[in-house]
Amino acid sequence: MTDYDIIIVGAGPAGLCAAIETGKEAKVLVLDRKQEIGCPKRCAEGLSLRWFKKMNLKPKKEWAVQEIKGAELYTPNGKSIKMKAKKAEGYVLERKIFEKELAIEAVKKGAKILMKNQVIGAEKKDNEIELIVEENKEKKKITCKIVIACDGVDSLTAKMLGLNTKLDLKETDSGYQYEMTGITGYDENLLHLFFGTDIAPRGYIWIFPKRKGTANVGIGIGAYEKETAKYYLDKWIKTQDGLKNGSIIEVNAGVIPVGGFLEKMQADNLLVAGDAGHMVDPIHGGGIGIAMEGGRLAGKHAIKAIKENKFSEKDLSEYTKEWYKLSGNDLKRRLKGRHLLEKLTNDDFNYLVDSINVEEALRIGNGTLTKKDKTILFTKKLITRPKLLKLMIEYARD
Amino acid sequence: MKMTVENDPDKCVYCGGCVGVCPVQAITLKDTKIIIDKNKCINCGACVSICPVGAMKLKK
Ligand SMILES: Cc1cc2nc3c(=O)[nH]c(=O)nc-3n(C[C@H](O)[C@H](O)[C@H](O)COP(=O)(O)OP(=O)(O)OC[C@H]3O[C@@H](n4cnc5c(N)ncnc54)[C@H](O)[C@@H]3O)c2cc1C
Ligand code: SF4
Ligand code: SF4
Repeated sequence: MTDYDIIIVGAGPAGLCAAIETGKEAKVLVLDRKQEIGCPKRCAEGLSLRWFKKMNLKPKKEWAVQEIKGAELYTPNGKSIKMKAKKAEGYVLERKIFEKELAIEAVKKGAKILMKNQVIGAEKKDNEIELIVEENKEKKKITCKIVIACDGVDSLTAKMLGLNTKLDLKETDSGYQYEMTGITGYDENLLHLFFGTDIAPRGYIWIFPKRKGTANVGIGIGAYEKETAKYYLDKWIKTQDGLKNGSIIEVNAGVIPVGGFLEKMQADNLLVAGDAGHMVDPIHGGGIGIAMEGGRLAGKHAIKAIKENKFSEKDLSEYTKEWYKLSGNDLKRRLKGRHLLEKLTNDDFNYLVDSINVEEALRIGNGTLTKKDKTILFTKKLITRPKLLKLMIEYARD
Repeated sequence: MKMTVENDPDKCVYCGGCVGVCPVQAITLKDTKIIIDKNKCINCGACVSICPVGAMKLKK
């Protein structure tokens, strides 16, 4: 007999949704090394409405703190394009409150959560897993039938159990952020995104408002840039009249797996979900929604494995297949979009913004260009820009 | 002389980024501390490249 049916490592959005999914039907334990759920955040806290629908979530004012109706994009030459809808398209969250709510829900369903419990070892023994867990320098062994590794971008659990989830530096972004208050001049109903290879090489700077005058102000850049993410962000803030006199009330950092999707997200007695399984949108780096969906799906497959008493890598492979159908294949297409974006110079970027419309841009990003789009782009809009045309043709070739 | 990688605890904001990119699992994050297993480290510099605040340095 094992101590638990399922042990979930990591109490982030992925782990907590896995616990909500499984708590009723199995004996479930959630372990997290931190002392407080949701804190410190490694996140700008934006979540689009689509995920609320997918996850059956109703925005509550306690944690869905700012309604977002669109975005404003700022090009390298200082122009901006505003896309604002009449209704909410998403929210900026207060993640520590949101995640605590998920935790309460998971416990209501029957799961148990232990904080300040760090998994430092894992081993497969017969048909079960033994985890070595450290709490206040004391080590203990806990056993289970199946582990769901939701331990985020710094995941070691899957690696300990023989699944290589190493991040590829080329497909990993370095992120840095301040939660700032006392800032002015930014519409709090919009996400503000600033592009330019000088201000944010291979990435962008964001302002995600949390209420009027308060926002997450951050940057994500490639791993191989000359300077650190902090360097670029600090430098840019000094140039912004609305920000430079603001106060910093939180410092956040983190790395973001923006691609490098895994062929396998399972091993014997193991499933991986969320950042640990590189489940992040390669273009904007958003991962909360995908982590929740991935956690829920992993939960479903863990329950199935328990019911059928089948825990082999092969038996669990249905999980990976289903995830690709659900989200992974779309994300892979968007990865191509990111690779295209990375190759654009400031000049290309300015030109594209001037010459293509929002719908075309979205279809480029989603990898869903139609035949008609291609004809218009290749024969009319990009014909005077041979380099850009070549990039786009390469991109559009399947 | 062999290079070694060092963490600057004054700069580090314990985000765990370096832990994730290390190819040989030489780094662990405990509470607010980064611990590097020098015996495992192969001095590849991945942790130095990814760190958002420049808290990892390769030293002689
Ligand atoms: C700067 C930045 C900005 C971002 N902005 C956005 C955004 O605006 N919108 C969005 O959707 N996404 C955003 N993301 C991505 C998003 O934060 C992640 O995709 C999301 O948090 C993933 O959830 P998770 O549950 O997989 O992992 P996490 O939320 O990282 O949770 C993993 C948990 O595992 C625990 N853990 C790790 N190792 C162990 C261990 N050995 N033992 C026990 N516990 C362990 C950790 O303490 C942590 O609590 C951003 C990321 C960064 C870095
Ligand atoms: S990546 Fe940098 S800031 Fe983050 S834990 Fe490692 S050394 Fe610290
Ligand atoms: S230099 Fe490479 S091997 Fe050494 S700790 Fe950093 S990432 Fe790991």
